Amino acid sequence: MPVTDVQHDLDALTLTITADFAAPVERVWEVYADPRQLERVWGPPGYPATFVDHDLTPGGRMNYYMTSPEGEKYYAYWDVTGVDEPERFTFRDGFALDETFTPNPDMPVSSQVYDFAAGDGTTRATFVATYASAEALQQVLDMGVVEGSTLAINQIDELLAS
Amino acid sequence: MTEQDEDRADAWFHALSDRTRRDILRRVLAGEHSVSALARSYDMSFAAVQKHVAVLEKAGLLTKRRQGREALASGDVEAVRSVGAMLTDLEALWRGRISRMDELFAADTQHTTDTTPTHGTD
Repeated sequence: MPVTDVQHDLDALTLTITADFAAPVERVWEVYADPRQLERVWGPPGYPATFVDHDLTPGGRMNYYMTSPEGEKYYAYWDVTGVDEPERFTFRDGFALDETFTPNPDMPVSSQVYDFAAGDGTTRATFVATYASAEALQQVLDMGVVEGSTLAINQIDELLAS
Repeated sequence: MTEQDEDRADAWFHALSDRTRRDILRRVLAGEHSVSALARSYDMSFAAVQKHVAVLEKAGLLTKRRQGREALASGDVEAVRSVGAMLTDLEALWRGRISRMDELFAADTQHTTDTTPTHGTD
């Protein structure tokens, strides 16, 4: 299994995943640089992703949607904040209102840092996702995109959200 | 629901029926706060804020510990566990993405070792 480490930081609301890929760092980078390859990995099963705009440059925008098995579309975007090919890129991941890809101000934005370190023909990838609050995390999961939810919604969360 | 659950629900609903207490709970779920720091956030006396904290504590929504002269309050463990559950859900999404990338790279290797010049059917 390529995943070698997972860290949950409950206070910082950060998820850090480390994976070792049997491919050189340039090949791993290509997945993100090529929208057609990114579409093959991004969406969970049953929710294929379609990248409408793809600009992996600092200040660039990635606009995409995921389609649910019922045909409902979830619009989302990345605001690319930094690119250091092929080692690192950072972006803010948010949800959009509709096909205009206008950011949805009621939905949270997470901060994402992807690092790729070259080994001997292999790549150690580190993915770090940070959420602003427990409510933000809840909202992202409530979108229903995450499959096989293990989450039993806590009564307290519901009361706090009301 | 057992009698004990009913009592607990009464305590929760009572504790959460006040907007200041809901606000305090939001803050301490995000991280530990001293009661004096919480008191400075509201336009009310320290004693009044302390009383709100006590109601939340009695309902089991908040826990307190002492550090020197400070009383430090943090959100209930169950609620923190729910954050853990949420991160676990996201982890599942990530593991899926990583395994799809792995498959993509495995397919590359198959193509390069393939003697025929044509690509696979994908």
